[in-house]
Amino acid sequence: HPRDVRTCETNKHRTGSSGEGTTNRPDNTAFDQQRLPAWQPVLSAGIVIPGFLLVGLAFIGIGVALFVTSRSIQVLEVSAPKGFPPLAVPPTRGGPVFLYYGLSNYFQNVRGYGCLAMTTSSGGTCPRCSPSSSCAPYQYDQNTTIAPCGSVANSMFNDTFTLYQLVNATRKTVPLDGKGIAWWTDYNIKFRNPPEVDGSLAAAFNGTVKPVNWPKPVYDLDPTNPANNGFLNQDFLVWMRTAALPDFWKLYRRITEGEYASGLPAGNYTLEIQYNYPVANFAGRKSVIFSNTSWMGGKNQFLGIAYLVTGSLCVVMSAVMLIVYAKFNSPDEDF
Amino acid sequence: ATEPEKNNYAIWSLIKQGWRRKPEQEDKVRRLISNLPYEDLRRKYQPNRQYANNSIKTTKYTVWSFIPMNLFEQFHRFANVYFVVIAMLNFVPIVNAFEPGVALIPICVILILTAIKDAWEDFRRYQADKQLNNMPCSIYSRKEKDFVSKCWKDVRVGDFVKVVCNEVIPADILLLHSSDPNGVCHIETANLDGETNLKQRQIVRGFAAPDGSFQPEYFSSIIYCEKPSNNLNRFKGYLDKPDKKKIGFGKENLLLRGCTVRNTDEAAGIVVYAGHETKAMLNNKGPRYKRSKLERKVNTDVLFCVALLFIMCLIGALGYFIWLETFPDIPPFVPPDSNNNYISPALSGFYMFFTMVILLQVLIPISLYVSIELIKVGQIFFITNDIDLYDEETDSRIQCRALNITEDLGQIKYIFSDKTGTLTENKMVFRRCSVMGIEYCHRENAGSQRTGAYPAKQGTRPKGHPRGDASLPQGTPGRTQTPDPPHSRTQPSPLHHSTPIETDVAPDRRLLRVTCDEKTQIQEWCRVSHCNGSASFMDFFLALAICNTVVVSTAMLPRQRSLLKRMGSLSHIVNSFQSIPEKSSKSRSSLKDVKEEEAEDYSDSGSNNPSRRNSSASHHSEEERGTVSDPNGLCYEAESPDEAALVYAAKAYGFTLLARAPDRVTVRLPQGAVLSFEVLDTLAFDSTRKRMSVVVRHPITREVVIYTKGADSAIMELLDCHVQSERKKIASKTQRHLDLYASAGLRTLCIAKKVLSEQAYDDWASIRQEAESTIDNREELLMETAVHLETNLTLLGATGIEDRLQDDVPATIAALREAGIQVWVLTGDKNETAVNIAYSCRLFNQGDMVFTLNTDSRQCESILDCTLGEVRRYTAPSQSWSFQSIVGAVMPTESTGPTFGLVIEGRTLSMVFEAHLQMKLLELARHCRSVLCCRVTPLQKSAVVKLVRNKLKVMTLSIGDGANDVNMIQTADIGIGISGQEGMQAVMASDFAITHFKHLKKLLLVHGHWCYSRLAKMVIYFFYKNVMYVNLLFWYQFYCGFSGTAMIDYWLMIFFNLFFTSTPPIMFGIMDRDISAETLLGLPELYKTGQNSEFYKRATFWIVMLDAFYQSLVCFFIPYWTYQGSDIDIFTFGTPMNTVSLFTILLHLAIEIKSWTAIHWGFMVGSVLLYFIVALIFSAICINCNPPSNPYWIMENQMADPVFYLVCIITTVVALLPRYIIRVLQGTLALSPLVQARKLDRLSTEARDQQIKNWKSQRSPSEVPTNLVSPVDSFSNSFEQSFYNSSLEREMPDMQWDSNEETQNTFSKGHRRSISTMTV
Repeated sequence: HPRDVRTCETNKHRTGSSGEGTTNRPDNTAFDQQRLPAWQPVLSAGIVIPGFLLVGLAFIGIGVALFVTSRSIQVLEVSAPKGFPPLAVPPTRGGPVFLYYGLSNYFQNVRGYGCLAMTTSSGGTCPRCSPSSSCAPYQYDQNTTIAPCGSVANSMFNDTFTLYQLVNATRKTVPLDGKGIAWWTDYNIKFRNPPEVDGSLAAAFNGTVKPVNWPKPVYDLDPTNPANNGFLNQDFLVWMRTAALPDFWKLYRRITEGEYASGLPAGNYTLEIQYNYPVANFAGRKSVIFSNTSWMGGKNQFLGIAYLVTGSLCVVMSAVMLIVYAKFNSPDEDF
Repeated sequence: ATEPEKNNYAIWSLIKQGWRRKPEQEDKVRRLISNLPYEDLRRKYQPNRQYANNSIKTTKYTVWSFIPMNLFEQFHRFANVYFVVIAMLNFVPIVNAFEPGVALIPICVILILTAIKDAWEDFRRYQADKQLNNMPCSIYSRKEKDFVSKCWKDVRVGDFVKVVCNEVIPADILLLHSSDPNGVCHIETANLDGETNLKQRQIVRGFAAPDGSFQPEYFSSIIYCEKPSNNLNRFKGYLDKPDKKKIGFGKENLLLRGCTVRNTDEAAGIVVYAGHETKAMLNNKGPRYKRSKLERKVNTDVLFCVALLFIMCLIGALGYFIWLETFPDIPPFVPPDSNNNYISPALSGFYMFFTMVILLQVLIPISLYVSIELIKVGQIFFITNDIDLYDEETDSRIQCRALNITEDLGQIKYIFSDKTGTLTENKMVFRRCSVMGIEYCHRENAGSQRTGAYPAKQGTRPKGHPRGDASLPQGTPGRTQTPDPPHSRTQPSPLHHSTPIETDVAPDRRLLRVTCDEKTQIQEWCRVSHCNGSASFMDFFLALAICNTVVVSTAMLPRQRSLLKRMGSLSHIVNSFQSIPEKSSKSRSSLKDVKEEEAEDYSDSGSNNPSRRNSSASHHSEEERGTVSDPNGLCYEAESPDEAALVYAAKAYGFTLLARAPDRVTVRLPQGAVLSFEVLDTLAFDSTRKRMSVVVRHPITREVVIYTKGADSAIMELLDCHVQSERKKIASKTQRHLDLYASAGLRTLCIAKKVLSEQAYDDWASIRQEAESTIDNREELLMETAVHLETNLTLLGATGIEDRLQDDVPATIAALREAGIQVWVLTGDKNETAVNIAYSCRLFNQGDMVFTLNTDSRQCESILDCTLGEVRRYTAPSQSWSFQSIVGAVMPTESTGPTFGLVIEGRTLSMVFEAHLQMKLLELARHCRSVLCCRVTPLQKSAVVKLVRNKLKVMTLSIGDGANDVNMIQTADIGIGISGQEGMQAVMASDFAITHFKHLKKLLLVHGHWCYSRLAKMVIYFFYKNVMYVNLLFWYQFYCGFSGTAMIDYWLMIFFNLFFTSTPPIMFGIMDRDISAETLLGLPELYKTGQNSEFYKRATFWIVMLDAFYQSLVCFFIPYWTYQGSDIDIFTFGTPMNTVSLFTILLHLAIEIKSWTAIHWGFMVGSVLLYFIVALIFSAICINCNPPSNPYWIMENQMADPVFYLVCIITTVVALLPRYIIRVLQGTLALSPLVQARKLDRLSTEARDQQIKNWKSQRSPSEVPTNLVSPVDSFSNSFEQSFYNSSLEREMPDMQWDSNEETQNTFSKGHRRSISTMTV
């Protein structure tokens, strides 16, 4: 029959063409068939015992190291009322000693407080650039641009401390090093002074006005050291680095010079505080902290203890796991 | 009577309203005329231009409308609206948010991702449409004066379209021409309603051209028909001829789109509905949007998160208020607003609430929705790529039509399955017969099945379709099978059966030999014109061939033309007998050859090849073929497939039914002689008698012979009881065989015969005549006469026909049941058949107590109550009260407690629904292992599904292949369509389309488990991740005066969720493999974890919330205490926290990941690296962002500080320690089966198989162990085996029977006992 023949032909043709590869058959690859070789750990007491033990021992080791290190760091915190608190400083080893001021109940991290927008895109700070609206209300003072603008800058800490050692009833000034207390990147990259006009920084800030709360304009922050003025004032930079927590320290000075370079010698000291900064409105306290540092930074008992506790816990867990293992492990289970 | 009136009305309305541009909108009538006179005119002159054309478009968007429409749709989702609100809130100055622009990034990313996904889906629809639109068809062209080939999309209303045999009809066509002399056209409506029997459509009255030609040019009538509707069974209209004559037409004149033309060379007509207006398209509503159970749960948990967010924001607002109140004066750090005014603390607190909303917005896992959708795309990718779910034969993979319910596959508790075509292949196979008390097991048939050489699929092939050596035996490694071209259904060979019937019956060798022996006796038989017992074999096969209503059609011609010339003259027969002796000797020698072959080789080389289908066992039949016209040219169409199977069986033994006319049947005998029987009467089948008979006059002996075929119960009672004991013995032996057949799930039929004296027949015939001529009680009288005649029969034998189950159906059902899934079968089939299948597919086990609810009376309730009581009596042994059972078979009590099965009929079901007894039925059904509903309508099917789904609150799955299953497929939580036999309707309605029932096993047990466990764990993890991270910020609020400060730079914060921690959970959701596929398949009970939603319970959610709180506390306070009382600045403080939470979040996931592939490692390590790289780069370039404390150089500083690492390590360890320890304990104690299964996965393959076996025998000692060794139909295999062995070794099957006496007793008692006695 003619049609029969035709059917045969078309059929043959179609089988042929479909045989050439246009099949719908899924690829038989390990990926497509979800047969990729896999590591299938079954967590069980048997395998975790050594892990727990090792981790536990390692942690205890780290904990001891941390603890010892932390113990070696000496911190002297003096709550700072007005006046000249006499200090009996025990012998400190391992300098240099850092002098911090501490503020408690001071929420530098409040949202909306932290704002300084007088920066240019190139990374420098431009006093006459129109400051961002987020600096409001410390943006303009009678339509003159505030430099530096923003509430953080406005509320900059401005107490000054002077440390004297009492040697034979005479006060010997302890040299305080104000250089390099800010982050290197803050000083060198993030903040920039406007280019000096006629060698004068003040002229560069011409057309701006000092923040409301500041006694002095920004170019006159440090009368002792003209280089330490403007936006590159170290204290200003330190202050601008917003503290994370309401009770915070900020580095005030380092004691790096002379006989004090390797730590404050034991003796009596007195601290002269020029009390400028009000803390009563937020029920805060001020303090002054002397501390030396180690490879792990400042004194921190917690981390060492945490490591010790966790390490011991892991060791205990490995013992518990051993019991569990002995009790519940089926003999045919081998790993 | 109302018909003309309606028509008149229609005309009047038409006249009244006149010809409008769009009359359709106002009228109830569609008016159309032929397009041919307007062929080359522009569109605006086309008469039928206002009607939809035949191109279909199911896409949602076009290229241009995509962006606006998609955005519009996306903003309709709640989650996105939330995000938009948040984004807008960011722009409100008083709220004092982060950089508002940055806040838009996440929502943009999410919108874009969703848009890409939507576009992909729409593109798939576009492709499918395009494929359909470009299918070829023939449209008449006036210019060409012939039908020209065009695409479906070119068909317009008013076109003349020709369809040839086996072509799919492109649009709704009014039939005007058919190549059939009687003016009919056969179509198969399987695509629409699932019915595979052929339907006749007729040419509109008066259009049958006497010369069979069709000239559309001369068609000048106007067609009025009703407007498009989705009612398949309603179509009315009329033709207005130029001579004002009206010709009515109806649905019998309409060819519907999607149907297939069968058995008619060609048909043609005018298109009345096209494209979206066709009835098929109107019925195809497209997939409905389903929300998965998990997603519903997720939504409630998102609400919990909203509540949590609200509480946290409230705490923030209150805290801010209180904090402000604590100061004696305004502190320097509380900023005034931009006008240098201070807002009152209360108002500030109020504003702070919204600031907090923005800060903590991540708590609402918006990206969760996108992640879920991405994961589902990935999961679908893997499901569709599963090679185990791929069908070579049709070259089709599993289709996932619903993209968002993959995880529901893992939670199914009830499966509702169609029977025919779903469990079975809808193909009847002659499997066994018993002639004169001797069993012939036809193990060749069984053998071909057992070796799995695709005997099943062979039948799907249209007959006479040469396939070459496409299918090699299975098990050949690396076989390269040429897959069939796709869409082979659309263009099969011209020959097709209304019902696919298995035609390759491999004759039993012993039986063949007996018939061969008898051939020698035939001469004597003919000579002496006497038929005694020795010719019973002859009679048996004659009865098979004659006693039916099968219609014969030849290969190429429509069935009416196939009537052969009468060849029944005696001389011809005698002449053709001359050659018999040498032929039979030949056949014997060939038989001997066959016998020496190994069984395996035999079945491999045998029945695979359809072109040699009939010759698989008997070479001689092939030789004989040359002597007469090719028997392959015949094909049989039967009302029931069983009948056809019997005719094919007879044909396999050489008794070929050549033709059937109302008064005559012609049969060719094995010797080539052709006998023509005069049919005196046909006593049709009815359900009361359960039998049918034909009364014929034997052409040689001239005797009046009655051949009766019927259910064994109907026949056995009617046997002649005054016969010699030998006959009785045969009867009892046959009965035993019948019992065995039934227990093996075969459909049994008895064949009997009676020779009537001329006188008796004349008497009966006159009564019959009388009965036929009466008007009242005609049916009853006719039945009475039939019953009167069918007495004192002589038993010839019995047959066992198998509605062959699809591959691995019993194993699949067993596995599903082990998985805790209840399987219900809902079938339109009759009770006995359904029950047989239920047994053979192990829906019911032999030991089950099966209750049958079969009543349509009002007693329904009491029967239900009694059954329920009965069931309770067994399940709760303390209640020892007894009562008389009314329904069903009652089993002796077993100590273990019996399992129950329930058979319920459609009528009873409707009674249950009417009488509001649903809860009782459910109560009963819950006690039953399986429920079988027979004779149910499609509507009842969906009602049952709805009942279970709504009342029991369980996940349901419906699976079916026909249009009658569409309702239930759409009702269930998951609808699965089986593509293949019965068209695409079920597939179109389904969520997943598979090709075989057995695929359900892997789909549910493996993919379902994976999809569910992956997604559930991912979702839980996602909640955890967000809560954990957001809580870090929340804890910080206690140290920043609840002012909404974040200690983490907001870029890094946004990146954290968007990039650093987003891909690992998605990868986890797509790829994690908690247990291997092999173990999941080996231990179906693992599926129960998904059913019980064990990965994601309410408790799980809260536990993980607690864990998130704990971890966030650890991640916050360890760094806090570490850096407390130092000069730490805000971002230096936040950086370790961010890093620590990254580690914690990722390692938390690492604990949850169960299998680590290279991809897992890649994503995890990649995420960490990405974090550090981005953070380093970001803090290196970000000089001016987020002043004054910007993140510049912070990361670098931190990474140079040893304390940073020390903090990271200890925090991560402490945060994860509890979860880790709990997981370790879980892994060690191995209380949950999942953990145990995971341990099995680590073993080698053999060890694992052994362990799985042990496990199973441990868990369910009642299960028969052999069941586990070869789960594939172990019962029937062992059953076959016994036959096989016996026939091989002893050649005496009776011995085997006797040795199994005990077993048989259990059968003869009518009880179905546990298998174990059988197989031992």
